[in-house]
Amino acid sequence: MNQSSSIEQRKRKDKTIRHLVGFFSLFAMIPLFFILWDVISKGYKNFNLRLFTEVTPSSMDALLAISNGDPIPGGILNGMTGTILIVGLAILFSVPLGLFIGIYLADNQGKRFAGLVSYLTDLLQGMPSIVIGIIAYAWVVKPLGSYSALAGSVALTIMMLPMIVRSTEETLKMLPLSYKEAGLALGSSYTNVVFRILIPSGFGGIFTGILLAISRVMGETAPLMLTALGASVVHWKMMEPASAIPLLIWDFYNDPNLVDLIWSSSLLLLIVIFLLNWIAKIVARKWKV
Amino acid sequence: MNKDSIFRFLLSTAALLVLLFTAGIIYALVSRSTEAFQEYGVWGFVGNAEWDPRSATEEYGALSFILGTLYTSFFALLLCIPFSLAVALFNGEYYKGKKISSAVRSIVDLLAGIPSIVYGLWGFYTLRPLVIALGVSAQGFGIFLSSVVLAIMIIPYASSLSSEFLSMVPNNLKEGAYSLGATQIEVVQYISLPSAGSGIVASYILALGRALGETMAVTMLIGNTNRIPRGLSDTGNTMASVIANQFGEADGLKLSSLIAIGLLLFIITAVINLIAKLIMKKISLI
Repeated sequence: MNQSSSIEQRKRKDKTIRHLVGFFSLFAMIPLFFILWDVISKGYKNFNLRLFTEVTPSSMDALLAISNGDPIPGGILNGMTGTILIVGLAILFSVPLGLFIGIYLADNQGKRFAGLVSYLTDLLQGMPSIVIGIIAYAWVVKPLGSYSALAGSVALTIMMLPMIVRSTEETLKMLPLSYKEAGLALGSSYTNVVFRILIPSGFGGIFTGILLAISRVMGETAPLMLTALGASVVHWKMMEPASAIPLLIWDFYNDPNLVDLIWSSSLLLLIVIFLLNWIAKIVARKWKV
Repeated sequence: MNKDSIFRFLLSTAALLVLLFTAGIIYALVSRSTEAFQEYGVWGFVGNAEWDPRSATEEYGALSFILGTLYTSFFALLLCIPFSLAVALFNGEYYKGKKISSAVRSIVDLLAGIPSIVYGLWGFYTLRPLVIALGVSAQGFGIFLSSVVLAIMIIPYASSLSSEFLSMVPNNLKEGAYSLGATQIEVVQYISLPSAGSGIVASYILALGRALGETMAVTMLIGNTNRIPRGLSDTGNTMASVIANQFGEADGLKLSSLIAIGLLLFIITAVINLIAKLIMKKISLI
């Protein structure tokens, strides 16, 4: 009798905990839906063609429009071109470099120098984004004497590099050693083995890593505040200050007259980021190593 | 020199660049913060809670921001534990390998993709009125609000890694316990959690590292006051948020002090990450 009640008790405990795990897991996911709901429901009104074709209005113009009961004139074209410029440069810097370092690490496992490089990559990966902003400021903004898109892309490069190195290294390590050995045994040069066999075979993993790195720096604000600063015009000059979508969101947040543009810009940013994540997932599934 | 040796040379050069980068980072942070450390001494700077930028009484110390960072991060970690542990158990134990688990995983991963500034907006426009309604503080801003948002932000980091460690627990251990008549929770309690324990701890330490350096959301929600916070409902500033807030208009001693705070933040996160990595290395050796 006593024993059976204890079994009952154990079963009840098992069931309770199972329900609790489900409940808390569900609860952990709720914020995502609230955030999406917030951004979509408040953002779709201003999510129009104007957002893509016009630059940010001045605070004065916005105030006038609001007092007349009109929607705020203007969009975030300057932020979009700025993001393309800054992130594009960062991709240009970080992808070749990250690939090379990743190949080096995968090929020199167990060596002391490779261990040190690997450790330092981890260190870079854990660095707070604001500290990276300070570094790009000290490296680029100070010596050149002005804020610039280039400084912003240096900051984003430091953020992307460790992610690309890691994904390249991990992917190449997963490839069977026989791929490399077969290539070399057939008399192919090491360079050809890397570019014709290893990178194509690991394409899925490597490309996924690059896409995820891009999507992560896309929404970065803090390092750009210290480096790219922002600009209200469209331009493609890397030595001049440039804006970016997250930087504009920050500006709008601080300017009561431009508040209406916050949500449509955030909606656009989220769409781009989730799209990149989604493509990354498809690539990873399709070209599975 | 043939093609291969050139290529190998390029590879090693690229790897060497990581070393140069790190050296350059440390040099940049140290050289630009010396002015502040020379003025106050290292401990004088770290231990001073006064931050007064007015030119007549100019004085800078990092203590209020260090404490603000520690309060928000540890409280966020505490808040995130029940949720991330539940998600980890859900994915790594209860529904391991099932379709629903991969759905939960993707949804939680999406949380990690949301930019910090959007979390900040959501915290400001949606959570802040809630915090005011709950009567935590009159303005809503402060340690409490920032920690809640931080907790949500680090759930994906804490849960994905710990579920990884949970699913690595050998099946024969668990099956042995089941064959002795253990219920699922008993298996979790006596087999899974103890064997994955240090891995789970390591993932929480990594999540803490994230929380320590988080900038934009905290800057928007903490209230930005330059003193030691006196409780959860009080406002404050973290190391990251004070840099984000005041870097733009700073020069001279103030700029140097802000970069010194950046250096301290760099050291703290580096140590935290190192500890987590050491724990994980130890596990993989066993």
